[in-house]
Amino acid sequence: MTKAMTGAKMVVQALIDQGVATVFGYPGGAVLPIYDEIFQQNSIKHVLVRHEQGAVHAAEGYARSTGKPGVALVTSGPGATNAVTGLTDALMDSIPIVVLTGQVPTFMIGSDAFQERDTVGITRPCTKHNWLVKETDRLAPTLHEAFHIATSGRPGPVVIDIPKDVQFATGTYTEARQVETHYNPQVKGDMEMITELAKAMETAKRPIFYTGGGVINSGPAASQLLRELVGATGFPITSTLMGLGCYPASGDNWIGMLGMHGLYEANMAMHDCDLMINIGARFDDRITGRLDAFSPGSKKAHIDIDASSINKVIKVDIPILGDVAHVLEDLLNVWKARGRKTDKENVQKWWHQINDWKKVDCLKFEQKGKVIKPLYALARLEELTKKHDRYITTEVGQHQMWAAQYLGFEDPNRWMTSGGLGTMGYGFPASIGVQMGHPDALVINVAGEASWLMNMQELGTAMQYGLPVKQFILNNERLGMVRQWQELLHGERYSSSWSESLPDFVKLAEAFGAKGIICDNPDDLDDAIIEMLNHDGPVLFDCLVEKHENCFPMIPSGKPHNEMLLGENADTANAIKSDGAVMV
Amino acid sequence: MSPLKIKKGSTSHSAYDLRPSFSDKEEQHTLAVLVENEPGVLARVIGLFSGRGYNIDSLTVAEVDHLGHRSRITIVTSGTPQIITQIKAQLGRIVDVHKVNDLTVEGPSVERELALFKVEGTGDHRIEAIRLADIFRANVVDSTLNSFVFEITGTSEKIDAFAELMQPLGLQEIARTGVAALSRGT
Repeated sequence: MTKAMTGAKMVVQALIDQGVATVFGYPGGAVLPIYDEIFQQNSIKHVLVRHEQGAVHAAEGYARSTGKPGVALVTSGPGATNAVTGLTDALMDSIPIVVLTGQVPTFMIGSDAFQERDTVGITRPCTKHNWLVKETDRLAPTLHEAFHIATSGRPGPVVIDIPKDVQFATGTYTEARQVETHYNPQVKGDMEMITELAKAMETAKRPIFYTGGGVINSGPAASQLLRELVGATGFPITSTLMGLGCYPASGDNWIGMLGMHGLYEANMAMHDCDLMINIGARFDDRITGRLDAFSPGSKKAHIDIDASSINKVIKVDIPILGDVAHVLEDLLNVWKARGRKTDKENVQKWWHQINDWKKVDCLKFEQKGKVIKPLYALARLEELTKKHDRYITTEVGQHQMWAAQYLGFEDPNRWMTSGGLGTMGYGFPASIGVQMGHPDALVINVAGEASWLMNMQELGTAMQYGLPVKQFILNNERLGMVRQWQELLHGERYSSSWSESLPDFVKLAEAFGAKGIICDNPDDLDDAIIEMLNHDGPVLFDCLVEKHENCFPMIPSGKPHNEMLLGENADTANAIKSDGAVMV
Repeated sequence: MSPLKIKKGSTSHSAYDLRPSFSDKEEQHTLAVLVENEPGVLARVIGLFSGRGYNIDSLTVAEVDHLGHRSRITIVTSGTPQIITQIKAQLGRIVDVHKVNDLTVEGPSVERELALFKVEGTGDHRIEAIRLADIFRANVVDSTLNSFVFEITGTSEKIDAFAELMQPLGLQEIARTGVAALSRGT
């Protein structure tokens, strides 16, 4: 059935047909017809953000926590350019979002009109795909295809740029099932390679599963299959920052996060393993450290849906191109059919070795004196919230790494953080998006004061929609990670890494009508956290913490996995040599 | 079997199957990229090369199937085998790209380039120029009393050689189309 309607109406109709419940956006001249249509319907809820960057991060948080694509709607020119950081963030972390941008009418394109910019040109390198729709008849098929492309294969952000005359004009609406697409990435892995991996698993003496965000992107079935595989083989499992929650932190085989600020036992195991099974991770430089010394003695298998991730930086022996859930299902079947064999004796020895490394207890700390250690604050937050239906977002910096180390994630889609791009200002709007997707859940943004200030305007959004997001700010009055690197690398010259002229966060919260809590005493911390949890509304929690705490363990840049810096007593002077100093 | 134990005729993607082992040796490859003839598709391909620091030695693009809405981009690029593999994989993930063929490794192929040469000169130089043009099977497409424009087709090497010979004979300008290439046989 074909229907005639205006382009603006098509946008709303397509969103409804795609099952979209929430749109994050900000109006402007070039999207007024769409806003007019949104006004005249009740199927889609529009959340008015305070800045377009907030809209895109909120859409990311929504997407990551629900498994459904997030949608943002912004105007032309500055609306679109403000969305660029969020788009790039979503591209780096493979988050499926659909961003609709308004554009000046087609007959004015190219004339440097008011609020005209080449949005598809600007967003081409920071989207998976984008379109400028010049005919109203093409609008509905493009919208449907956009959702398909954003969510299939390796997920990512897409942009549809819609000129205002296309929104006003009447055209024919095309339904989703009528749209043909040639974009159908391969999801099934090569059975020969999968068998090869099953064989390698049977003989491995020191195996390890190295999992990443791809497991979470593949959907809940992938996490389920992964748990089954880990349980059946008894192999240890570590994960990247993006993959936390794909295997439960309380699981028997969990050896913690790996990487630059990963756990000692996880990094040592990666270095010494003889079979590395990479599932949906991408050998990022935060993970590998020095490339030529990365896990030198191991056979490496890599399961990834993106062919360009395979053999990009690390040469692998068993490449498997496909979707994690599909491949794991086949792998489990093959391995079971071949007799469920592992080298139990040697894997047991391997576990003894790992347990010895665990005894280093690299996350230990002592809360002494009257100043709250940030680690203590997170340990208490974990203790007091782990039984809740809890979602965590973070900003970027030391607090992010500490949150990854000290909070435990039992399920996928519970941990929203900016991994690839490292976007300060991500966490607060992301928490708003998560709360929109899970109205009754406890949503906490673990933040640093500097990151939080980057998108603080969204407190207005949280208030307007009654979103009880908890902003847990570890306030050390420093750009902590910058300060740490200056200590390690730049002779303790702390150039511009102080947060000067900080606001009174309690008053700031109150100015927006939210609740503010300040806590500077470890003895009061539990009560203060409980007060935060009990408040039915947005809370700004200003947790004043130790100002010079460094984030450990740490693999200094340019060093291999088995040369970690551990704890406060580590010799940090000259820890990074000049060849490592050029890396970030 | 390849160094990575992938059998010939494996069911995976073509570009992916042809992954060579890592080596530092620079190679030149000719890639044929069949794309959707959409606005911006060339910008996506070029942006990929500039954004990731890959080389473009030559690039040609034109519509090859009007009804099917397809264009063919022929790219001559150079890099280590690992980089070439990355380029193919990165091209393959562009949504508008239908197919990536590496003509250099996928069996024999023919490559041709067309070039126009403007040569100015009189007397012996002029006679020598037209004599060489004849040897190279170049056509004269424009002539004045003291200049010729030659049209020549052939491999890039042939055109390079012709340019070298024309240099002392009054070569003024060259326009080259870049490489067009097809695999041989069926």
